[in-house]
Amino acid sequence: MLDEKVFYPGKLDIAWCPGCGNYGILRVLQKALAELGIEPHNLVMVSGIGQAAKLPHYFNCHYFNGLHGRALPAAFAISAVNPNLTVIAESGDGDMYGEGGNHFLHTIRRNPNITNIVHNNMVYGLTKGQASPTSRRGFKTPVQPAGVINEPFNPLAVAIALDASFVARTFIGEAERTKEILKHAIRHPGYALVDILQPCVTFNKVNTYQWFKENTYWLEDHNPLDRRAAFSRAIEESEGGKLPLGIFYINPNKVPYNQAAGLYETDARPLFQRSVDREKLKELLQSYLG
Amino acid sequence: MKTEHKDYSVVLVGPAGMGIQTVEQALVKILKSAGYHIFATKEYMSRVRGGMNSTSLRVGAVPVSAPVERIDLLLALAPGGVDHVSERISSSTVILGEKEQFEQEIPAGIRMIDVSFERIASAIGNKLYSNTVAVGLLGAVFHVEEAILEDFVLKRFAGKEQKVVEENKKAIQAGFEQGLRLVQSGLLDIRLQPDQRVKNQIVMEGIEAVGFGALAGGCNFIGAYPMSPSTGLLTFLAKHGKRFGVVVEQAEDEIAAIHMALGAWYAGARGIASTSGGGFALMTEGFSLAGMLESPLVIHLAQRPGPATGLPTRTEQADLDLALYAGHGEFPRAILAPGNLQQAFELTRHAFDLADRCQVPVFVLTDQYLADTYYNTEPFDLSDIRVNHHFVETQEGYLRFALTESGLSPRGIPGFGRGFVAVDSDEHDEFGRITEDLNFRTRMVEKRRGKEKFLIEQAMAPTVWPSPKKEHLVVCWGSTLPIVQEALEVLGREDAGLVHFLQVFPLHPSTAEILAQARTRICLEGNAGGQFARLLKAYADVEITHRILKYNGAAFTVEEIVRRLKEILK
Ligand SMILES: Cc1ncc(C[n+]2csc(CCOP(=O)(O)OP(=O)(O)O)c2C)c(N)n1
Ligand code: SF4
Ligand SMILES: [Mg+2]
Repeated sequence: MLDEKVFYPGKLDIAWCPGCGNYGILRVLQKALAELGIEPHNLVMVSGIGQAAKLPHYFNCHYFNGLHGRALPAAFAISAVNPNLTVIAESGDGDMYGEGGNHFLHTIRRNPNITNIVHNNMVYGLTKGQASPTSRRGFKTPVQPAGVINEPFNPLAVAIALDASFVARTFIGEAERTKEILKHAIRHPGYALVDILQPCVTFNKVNTYQWFKENTYWLEDHNPLDRRAAFSRAIEESEGGKLPLGIFYINPNKVPYNQAAGLYETDARPLFQRSVDREKLKELLQSYLG
Repeated sequence: MKTEHKDYSVVLVGPAGMGIQTVEQALVKILKSAGYHIFATKEYMSRVRGGMNSTSLRVGAVPVSAPVERIDLLLALAPGGVDHVSERISSSTVILGEKEQFEQEIPAGIRMIDVSFERIASAIGNKLYSNTVAVGLLGAVFHVEEAILEDFVLKRFAGKEQKVVEENKKAIQAGFEQGLRLVQSGLLDIRLQPDQRVKNQIVMEGIEAVGFGALAGGCNFIGAYPMSPSTGLLTFLAKHGKRFGVVVEQAEDEIAAIHMALGAWYAGARGIASTSGGGFALMTEGFSLAGMLESPLVIHLAQRPGPATGLPTRTEQADLDLALYAGHGEFPRAILAPGNLQQAFELTRHAFDLADRCQVPVFVLTDQYLADTYYNTEPFDLSDIRVNHHFVETQEGYLRFALTESGLSPRGIPGFGRGFVAVDSDEHDEFGRITEDLNFRTRMVEKRRGKEKFLIEQAMAPTVWPSPKKEHLVVCWGSTLPIVQEALEVLGREDAGLVHFLQVFPLHPSTAEILAQARTRICLEGNAGGQFARLLKAYADVEITHRILKYNGAAFTVEEIVRRLKEILK
């Protein structure tokens, strides 16, 4: 247990609108990490581009704020080359599910030991209000003036279909429960998805705090080890129900990437501490003598 | 066949799936074991079955490292094989094959010796052994001891079914006997003096030399998406990497691959992004990110003809402009282009150090020809392969992008020291926090661009051969070096030499001076636009007087360069 203040970077000019759900995510994440006792010096936040992706700037930790949609491949590599770091990949719904959609699929398949937090405000905030992959049908924007006609992307169903090792959704209006879910996700060995419903008070006048309150409910009597049940819950809303919140699915049998690849079996040191084995290289060269 | 050659050019032709490449590998090993210098290059179609592929070997009493048009001995393993290389056949070519099959194809006046590889193989059990028969026959023709051949079969098929081993042994023997008959009857009389030096030399493909360079350079991460002709590096590191602690991951696409490499460097590893032109096109956004993050990065870009999918299995040097101008925004880069196996090793190794030292992306620019070509060479010098890491242990208050006098900000990595390592694709302040301070922006642009001076300071000078001060200079870069070298030897003009650039960007400061003293400057390159000639003009103000360009997808040959030089230097 640490004081969450270790994650406060001091006075900064924050680029989020007053009332934005991102503030809540920042605070809750700082609390969760403090409660887990994760040292800022062992924490790397990896993000892409968008309003959500600015979060690492408001955090006292290492960060890799890369390109729009590309947080996951970088996060994967960081966790693969130094297993001692806690790696959190974090961005918006457009970034993770749209521009980075392919990486989302394949990172789940790789199962690296990272936590993937998605600020899901069902809109593109930074570019001022276009539809995102998770925008609901009928959502009107300057680019979709007649309303969105495409099927909304369902990240949870996709993740469960790919047998992701940890899948959860939460709503930032529920700080305490969000914190607990984040703690669970960060502790989880392997890939963990936490989709956080986050109102964008400026560009999404439909999916507001009120809307999320009315259209979500917490999973109870649900067994997260039951993949089929998890999938059913994940598609409830598209069948006319509400959006369930909570831990949908955990597969405790999944082997995290580093272990499956045998990266630290014989040598536990992170790669930066190792050097080239000249003798082995000589041996290999010998094998080319003919 | 006469014995006047210092080397023999042997070509095998057959459809894809027939094992021409297996024969190539076998012959390379066997002939080298027998003490001959050996060179092998293949040309193949972008298909898994059918079509026509060929491999061209040179077996020498002296070192050979360039392709020739001439064919001394042609082994045609299937109909269509002779036609496939008809332009290379001359009156000195001897064709070995089944006479009936090739009646239509044999040009008038060309000697053919009737050898039915297929029938011999079928008698042993399967016509698929034709290629093993061919290996045995060539072994005899080149006076290789039968024991070397049998030893090879045992090694090559170790662990396979007993039947497969036995039948291959029989096939080798049958081929060997057939070869002996040809030698004894005087039909084929090849005499080459083996060279003692060869035994202690290594033999490998260009792409393997790049792989060795990567390992020696401390490379310990590759995420890559397969694409010819770069795939061999991924395979090499997958095969040998585990022993060296290399993380090898097949990425979902090239975009992921380059971001993985950047993530790896950020956390203190040494990543390589390896691809071909189309894949690098996808990487260019990430390449620009390397510029902004001031991240070291090594990119192996193995060229093949474009645009788009182009000719997937052929060669070209047309992605120089791509490497030179890739990435939005302004930031420095280095482009290294190895000319032979030694350079492929050395430059790849050097690329890691240079990238780390100067915090810039560095290209190793190869091509299909270099990647897929084998020959023997001195073992790489591993005496001094210490990897010098250029990251630092951070202190409290560390600033990743600190403005310093030297122009380089010491690079920290997360998990090493008390500072925070913050990097951002947005314009950022010294810490790495996003900023829109436009005055500061100017300083950051200058800081990034300023690193080019380190690249120039450390630039490798072009190689001048055989000696400085020639009236006529052939200017070349990358994989064409040995071909031009041999062409100049054949040409035999005292007043002609070559200048080879193994670092094509930024240019070594001596460039203009070296080139200025010649009367003719002939730029030879494997593209249609004369990209390097343009680069020389733009960055060294050098005027090229003549160009030799080739862009049909095939590598240059010695004879072709000789002809074209003769036209120019009448
Ligand atoms: C390659 C690329 N394309 C487009 C953009 C412009 N862009 C920046 S953020 C963004 C979408 C942001 O939406 P989201 O990821 O949901 O984040 P939010 O701002 O809503 O938190 C877009 C389209 C970009 N930066 N890079
Ligand atoms: S635009 Fe929306 S998501 Fe972005 S800070 Fe403002 S309210 Fe939050
Ligand atoms: Mg969004």
